[in-house]
Amino acid sequence: MSPAYFLREEGVIMNIAISVKELYVSYFGNEALKNVSFTINEGNLVGIIGPNGAGKSTLLKALLNLISKDKGEVQILGKSIKEMRTKVAYVPQRSNIDWDFPITVIDTVLLGTYPSLGIFKRPKKIDKAWAYECLEKVGIAEFRNRQIGELSGGQQQRVFLARALAQKPEMYFLDEPFVGVDVTSEETIILILKELRDSGKTVVVVHHDLSKVTHYFNELILLNKELIDYGAVEDVIKPEVLGKAYGNQFPSITAIEVSV
Amino acid sequence: MMNFIEGLLQYGFLQKALTTSIMVGIICGVIGCFIILRGMALMGDAISHAVLPGVALSYLLGINFFFGAVFTGILTALGIGFISQNSRIKNDVSIGIMFTAAFASGIILITFMKSSTDLYHILFGNVLAVRPSEMWSTLFIGILVLVCVYVFYKELLVSSFDPTMAAAYGLPTRLIHYFLMTLLTLVTVASLQTVGIILVVAMLITPASTAYLLTNRLWVMLYLSAGIGVLASILGLYFSYTYNLASGATIVLAATALFVLAFVFSPKQGLMWRAIKNFRKREMYSRIKLDRED
Repeated sequence: MSPAYFLREEGVIMNIAISVKELYVSYFGNEALKNVSFTINEGNLVGIIGPNGAGKSTLLKALLNLISKDKGEVQILGKSIKEMRTKVAYVPQRSNIDWDFPITVIDTVLLGTYPSLGIFKRPKKIDKAWAYECLEKVGIAEFRNRQIGELSGGQQQRVFLARALAQKPEMYFLDEPFVGVDVTSEETIILILKELRDSGKTVVVVHHDLSKVTHYFNELILLNKELIDYGAVEDVIKPEVLGKAYGNQFPSITAIEVSV
Repeated sequence: MMNFIEGLLQYGFLQKALTTSIMVGIICGVIGCFIILRGMALMGDAISHAVLPGVALSYLLGINFFFGAVFTGILTALGIGFISQNSRIKNDVSIGIMFTAAFASGIILITFMKSSTDLYHILFGNVLAVRPSEMWSTLFIGILVLVCVYVFYKELLVSSFDPTMAAAYGLPTRLIHYFLMTLLTLVTVASLQTVGIILVVAMLITPASTAYLLTNRLWVMLYLSAGIGVLASILGLYFSYTYNLASGATIVLAATALFVLAFVFSPKQGLMWRAIKNFRKREMYSRIKLDRED
């Protein structure tokens, strides 16, 4: 276990990264999230899990104020998301990207420097060098001049992680980053996310595959429209807790591992 | 060809026609890139048609038709957005409903204008009859559009490529959408004289698509698309002048011809190279098979 993690365990006061109070979200009258409240401390790698249609992506989007909420309050580092926008990075689902877009790998990463540049200013040499550094970090600098569609799924996901790194945010939000991703890429990504956590950043990941959650995250949010449970991985990943969210969809964890 | 060049040196109307169509080629090419990358080709067609009632209204009220055109163009864009966001009607259908409605009201309004040749010119353009005032307004719109794209290039790029990220870091994506719709309306109005309302969508999407087949970088695509737009305009004007054909039609067909060239010969995307590559691969594998049989 990492040193930062121990420090936290020993009760060093950590700031609250995200606090959500009584969050309600609906789509045209259909409730997607009901009365969700939790607080996440800084320096955690949190997985959001739950069955299909549980509102996992919706929660992520609501945290970022990308969709309107019916009720509730979301605070990022004690402030409203509007004040903190440039402090958070969002990695979208791969299926939401147009992979034929005329943009190269390095230019995609360079987009990560846009939020801090503001309007009117162009990225300079120093920004480009930083984008390259981020690309090196995820291990695909050699593909920098390729068009993004020419990369494999895992490499594409790494490009978007590099873009998030380029934003130098305090907080990372990733939506299903491991879907359609090869093993090497998955390992690279999770390693970087753990490094980020250990350096005190907060990382929130929407995830649907239960088999590796104990290796990946240290905290879990279990969701099925309502908040079923939130806490350390070991406490949440128990059959009796999971059963409350998944119902009869998955009888036990072993069965989950086989089926996914 | 000599005839065309002599004409250019001799006749003011031809010089004005050339200047105007070059400008239109550039701005349609540039705005067109964003239109096709955002998957809004149909929207481009819709806005260009929706300009008609605005133009007619402006004539009736005796004001510059930019105001009327922008007004009805944006109104239609808002109406399309409102319908698709607030019902189960899909976006393309909502576009179809709104723009035909706008176009139809335009036709009714035009009948109040006395001459029917006006309608014909608005619909199909007549670049050889461009007046100096119209040339200047095209130039003015052109510069405005290019400056806007230059200044907001970064924002246009990120909101076209990844609107969610753009929204996540606080860009007003909806505002950017309507900003682009405004530019699109301006470009349409500027193109009225050259290609007319009906064919302006071709100038928006054909050169941009040609450029799209040739490059993997947005800024290169913008320059290429503008260049192809200009080339199509000059070629089209040449054929129009030399063979006395409708200018809008010749310009559009010139653009189409350039697209077909790129479609067949583009180094990465072209039909020919794809066929050659497929052929080589199959050849290679069939040889491997033969080796094994030996």
